[in-house]
Amino acid sequence: MTTADIQVDQVLDCTGLLCPIPVVKASQAIKTIDVGQVLQMIATDPGAPPDMEAWSRQTGHELLAQSAEDGKFVFWFKRTR
Amino acid sequence: MTAQTGDPTLKPVEDAAPADEAVPARKKMALVASKGGLDEVYPVLIMASTAGALGWDTQVFCTFYGLDIVNKKRRKNMKVSALGNAASPPPISGVEVRVPAIFGVLPGMNRVATWMMKKWMKDSNIPDVEDLFQICIESGVKFHACATTMGVMNVEQDDILDDVACLGATAFLDFAAGADLALFV
Repeated sequence: MTTADIQVDQVLDCTGLLCPIPVVKASQAIKTIDVGQVLQMIATDPGAPPDMEAWSRQTGHELLAQSAEDGKFVFWFKRTR
Repeated sequence: MTAQTGDPTLKPVEDAAPADEAVPARKKMALVASKGGLDEVYPVLIMASTAGALGWDTQVFCTFYGLDIVNKKRRKNMKVSALGNAASPPPISGVEVRVPAIFGVLPGMNRVATWMMKKWMKDSNIPDVEDLFQICIESGVKFHACATTMGVMNVEQDDILDDVACLGATAFLDFAAGADLALFV
């Protein structure tokens, strides 16, 4: 399965935003989708990969996949609760 | 949480995530904010808003100049001091500007330093202190006012934001003792 196969239920664009705003927005956005649905998040904060992995560990929402290209990071999270 | 203070603000937020196998127990963070400069309050609010976003029970004890964070009048007027910071000014746009420390005593230099930091934050899309504080409140972060500081600095309960409880160090340490991490800024 590639990331193109992941069905995305909502997209959150955090381009140009720095910590703590991407994490704040992700926490708000994940509450607006149903359990089992997928939030795709786009970020350019260089701290985003470790931050969003930590966010996944701390909140329990599953990080299905992530990609990094030209300073643009994309994450796919499944709401778990 | 075994707070015996009778203070309802020290109890965990009601909508705490229920514990189950998939979700670790809700973490707690205790943060002491002792500084009131704009550059000193930002780290407090960034840490607190992040902890709030993670769903942690986050409580901030505002003491000494940190009391300004919850002071209705003074919170609108935070400044960066041009004096006493060897790393100031920061390299804006990668350009190293070296200003001899002695210039920090000139009239208006605090205003310049404050303006620079606000511009720096705005250009980086970081919310101002007021917006960041609101983000904290919306994510359930609780702020407490240090009772001793209020007495020492003649700050009345009316000067403090309405949702903020006045506490002593004992009540806050009671919470901090059960917290997973404690920070001092």
